[in-house]
Amino acid sequence: MTTIFDMPIAILGLQILIGLQNGAFYALLSLGLAVIFGMMNVINFAHGAQYMLGAFLAYILLSWLGLGYWWALLLVPLLVGIFGLAVERLFLRHLYHLDHLYGLLLTFGLVLIVEGVMVDMFGASGLPYSKPDLLQGAERIPLSWVTGNERDIMMMPVYRLWVIAASIVVCLIVWFAIEKTRLGSYLRAATENPTLVRAFGINVPIMVMLTYGFGVALAGFAGVLAAGLQAVTPHMGSSLIIVVFAVVVIGGMGSIMGSILTGFVLGLIEAVVKIAYPEATNIVIFVIMICVLLVRPAGLFGREA
Amino acid sequence: MPEPAILIDVNDLSAFYGESHVLHGVSLTIRAGEVVTLLGRNGAGKTTTLKSIMGIVRQRQGSIKINGLETVGLPSNRIARLGVAFCPEERGIFSSLSVEENLLLPPIIQPGGLGLDDLFTLFPNIRERLSTRQGTRLSGGEQQMLAIARVLRTGARILMLDEPTEGLAPVIVEQIGEAILALKARGFTIVLVEQNFHFASGLADRNYVMEDGVIVEMVAREEVREKAGLLQEYLGV
Ligand SMILES: Nc1ncnc2c1ncn2[C@@H]1O[C@H](COP(=O)(O)OP(=O)(O)O)[C@@H](O)[C@H]1O
Ligand SMILES: [Mg+2]
Repeated sequence: MTTIFDMPIAILGLQILIGLQNGAFYALLSLGLAVIFGMMNVINFAHGAQYMLGAFLAYILLSWLGLGYWWALLLVPLLVGIFGLAVERLFLRHLYHLDHLYGLLLTFGLVLIVEGVMVDMFGASGLPYSKPDLLQGAERIPLSWVTGNERDIMMMPVYRLWVIAASIVVCLIVWFAIEKTRLGSYLRAATENPTLVRAFGINVPIMVMLTYGFGVALAGFAGVLAAGLQAVTPHMGSSLIIVVFAVVVIGGMGSIMGSILTGFVLGLIEAVVKIAYPEATNIVIFVIMICVLLVRPAGLFGREA
Repeated sequence: MPEPAILIDVNDLSAFYGESHVLHGVSLTIRAGEVVTLLGRNGAGKTTTLKSIMGIVRQRQGSIKINGLETVGLPSNRIARLGVAFCPEERGIFSSLSVEENLLLPPIIQPGGLGLDDLFTLFPNIRERLSTRQGTRLSGGEQQMLAIARVLRTGARILMLDEPTEGLAPVIVEQIGEAILALKARGFTIVLVEQNFHFASGLADRNYVMEDGVIVEMVAREEVREKAGLLQEYLGV
């Protein structure tokens, strides 16, 4: 077998795939955070909890109602989105005129409550979720076209490929909706100057509410994807969201495509570091964050305030 | 000839920014088809008056009737739907929108707005700049024209323009003046805030003069000459 860094190329390929798959989650989650922050000036600390809620709802739909994965992909974002609408209506909208810190504190409180309730109901140890047959197993991918060696064969887990593809498709749809449609032009305009957009006759408060619901629904969608990869636990969101915040800081809040690209690229960088220098895997994103903050405080794609 | 209907009827309007009381009992009327100016020194309360009518300044007391409907409790999105459009002093062109998106942004609220062809006849520069990626890449004059053009599409019949000529070259000021006259000829009702008294008085049917948050004088077109001295005193020109 061909090796790079003393590692068989098949294993290397798998690491890259896993990196891209992590990037798929970073992209989906940072996209939602960026849309919410742009429109509402709220740092949605509850994003991880809403992602976790998505995974749990998928589990609940299956084990209580017998509704499988594809139903979950459709219904869970709606349910989590509705939860988001309620949070916005009941709490967040009273904080818009205050400093960012208040939204952060409120959503942080929400994390503690939601996680607490889930631990109480389901325990902290984690629940299994079975993905559909269609997405089970692995594909044999010959790598001889790269290496020239007939024995280089890689087993690509189908579900990981699916996560990457689903994330790319959803991210691109969101990008298109925001950058290329009329509704998206309302959203961009209201991000810049909500007062004036409202004076044109657009009901901006409703738009803000729907935007939050939509951003939260994206987290719910990511949660369903995650349920097929790992055990569903009440704390699955907290560990991920810290990294996602670093991704958002690196990418900056200014650009939708920026958030998507930053997410995927950082997933990839993490994978490369894991291959080349495994000890640094867990910190590389934070090191990059510090470097970016020193050079471009508004992030790579952000606009200086 | 019966007088045209009163479209905007402001009575004893007070407006506040937090603790600070800025308008102290403003009363004015705007009739259908009129061009009316609000004149006055910087800080007199002209912008605040427009923003209060538009519902952008929410802390208001008194009465603002638009087409007979009391609007003091309404948010700006509802007031816009009554056919009132506002061009802010800072123009409010969006940098994350292309020129075309800026133009098409305000939703149509009722039939009777200008079509794109009419808009381009009025403001030929905009057609050429339509594909510019960032609205704010336009020159100041082009941005002003775009800011006016975009609300003409919506079917709004009352236009409130806040200092549309501020900081612009004389040729552009002239072009905007012609556009305002063309709009008046099409039956638009226009409330114009101006520092440029010479420009404003040439267009206006009536002029209100503001000072320290109240209306201190109303000068009709016929009286501008005889009250020139008084106006100069108020405006410090
Ligand atoms: N956002 C604001 N907050 C507090 N005071 C304001 C604000 N905007 C304007 N003012 C004050 O209100 C008064 C009237 O301002 P404005 O209506 O903008 O005057 P004008 O348009 O005639 O120059 C001024 O004294 C100004 O300082
Ligand atoms: Mg002003």
